[in-house]
Amino acid sequence: MTNTTDVPAVDVHSVSRIFAARKGPGVTALDDVSLTVAPGEFVSLIGPSGCGKSTLLRLVADLDVPTSGSIEVFGKPARQARIDQDYGIAFQQAGLLPWRTVAGNIELPLELHGVGKATRRRRAAELITLVGLADFASHYPDQLSGGMQQRVAIARSLAESPSLLLMDEPFGALDEMTRERMQNELVRICVETRAAVVFVTHSIPEAVFLSNRVVVMSPRPGRIRSIVSVGLGDMSGRSEDLRENEGFFHSLSEVRDLLHGDAAAPTGAQGVETR
Amino acid sequence: MSTTSEQAAPLTRGALGVAKQHQPRRSGVRTRLRGGLFGLAGLVLLALIWELYKTFGPVDGVVIGTLTVLPRTSDLAMPHLWVMFERVLEPVTGAASALPLWAAVLAGSLFTLGIAAVGWLVGVTVGLALALLMQRFRLAESAILPWIILSQTVPLIAIAPLVRRWGAQIQFGEFSWESWMSVALIASYLAFFPVSVGALRGLASPDTNHVDLMHCYSVGWWKTLWRLRLPASVGYLLPALRLAAVSAVVGSVVAEVSIGLRGGIGRLIVEYAGAAGNDPGKPWAPIFGSILVGLVAAGFVGLIGLFLRRFRREEVSA
Repeated sequence: MTNTTDVPAVDVHSVSRIFAARKGPGVTALDDVSLTVAPGEFVSLIGPSGCGKSTLLRLVADLDVPTSGSIEVFGKPARQARIDQDYGIAFQQAGLLPWRTVAGNIELPLELHGVGKATRRRRAAELITLVGLADFASHYPDQLSGGMQQRVAIARSLAESPSLLLMDEPFGALDEMTRERMQNELVRICVETRAAVVFVTHSIPEAVFLSNRVVVMSPRPGRIRSIVSVGLGDMSGRSEDLRENEGFFHSLSEVRDLLHGDAAAPTGAQGVETR
Repeated sequence: MSTTSEQAAPLTRGALGVAKQHQPRRSGVRTRLRGGLFGLAGLVLLALIWELYKTFGPVDGVVIGTLTVLPRTSDLAMPHLWVMFERVLEPVTGAASALPLWAAVLAGSLFTLGIAAVGWLVGVTVGLALALLMQRFRLAESAILPWIILSQTVPLIAIAPLVRRWGAQIQFGEFSWESWMSVALIASYLAFFPVSVGALRGLASPDTNHVDLMHCYSVGWWKTLWRLRLPASVGYLLPALRLAAVSAVVGSVVAEVSIGLRGGIGRLIVEYAGAAGNDPGKPWAPIFGSILVGLVAAGFVGLIGLFLRRFRREEVSA
């Protein structure tokens, strides 16, 4: 499933999503949003609660259907891309099946799609090593810490070697320390897998540290306010030192200013962590 | 912002926070053992209360106004526990060919257990089928669920003669409806209820996260059922199955009486109750027998639970 042509990984074209209300005009979660993600690119969606960033991700994943506009994933409609398993997905909750071991959880998508036992075993072993859980393959989720569970979820999302990863605040429920470690880890995994990533987050440093581009969104109705290109160079060069880097702080304040930009809307930037 | 984390990628396992302290799984065995001990202690306490009241209670019972609130303590009304147990070892009647009482009760218990098992199987099958139907179609849920609940308000005594009458009309070829089938049917009528309600709750128990994931994997309803909903429902299903087992036993005993089927424990309870006048220990034997049947039935479900242990791990949120 390698796709290194110039077909964009994700092409969102003037998409709107209006949630019908029982009375009144309904809630406009997304209003005329357009976004293109190149293959191998890491794009973060950031914005206050209610800006529609998760909605956008769900639309790309075909967990929801846009009211208007079109979404293409690797040149196909989102629905076809889902059926073809072109993306892997991870949510804020690890969502592991408690009755399956770490290996069993990672094998789940492969098993569902009829991959043979030996291949499954091999792939799961690879991924378990990739996320650094080699000693925990036969543990059950309730024996793991939150961070480790999330690692398993990420490994599971990588099981079918997708060229696109969709992540909805995957580190949102983790403590700050674990979170930074997981970010470092994710950078390494992205370098190794060369997958494009659409990453929803609440945290500005997280978005800046991980991304090639940060999409800053504004709420009610959900729109893209601006897109910040983070000039921190190639993924493979990113490491812990980057957090002390001049450019890192520059991008950080740029994103922060954009988020807090509209002083006119007093509730505008609530829910964004500026840590 | 803390940027002083000392280590960079890649991470080693040791750095990622230790796995949660391994809950020693044996502790489950110990708690169960303790539970068993407490259960036994409760039984002893009950026996003690019985004997103490019999020894020290007033001969005519505790009477408030004209209302007897506690029974007489005579040997007829409250036989000593050892009288009950001794009676079990003696023959059923004075006839030379009579079996020992315990053998007669055991035979009756097995008979009832067999009928209850058939009723349980039918009830579980129907209950599961209804739950699946209701899970699959929202419309079915709103159409069927009220009737399922309503069905349990009909007293058994009322449906027993109906079932018997209808059953008597069924006959095709070699097959003819027998009375024990009516009893099993009534048992299943009680048993299907907890299963259908419990299974419905269990099938709906996976959270949206898991359901979304299955949708992302583009798998259909059946695969989602098999890989997600059924395993997730085990924790809800087992108590329902146990309840169904006990209901099936009670249903069988009651239905035996109301249909007038011979050979089971229900019949023995009625028959031996007549002997209470001069043989006070005798009626207790089938009562203990029916308790035994209930315990065996519940124990059987416990055995099923043992095999499904894997699916009963606590759900944890990341």
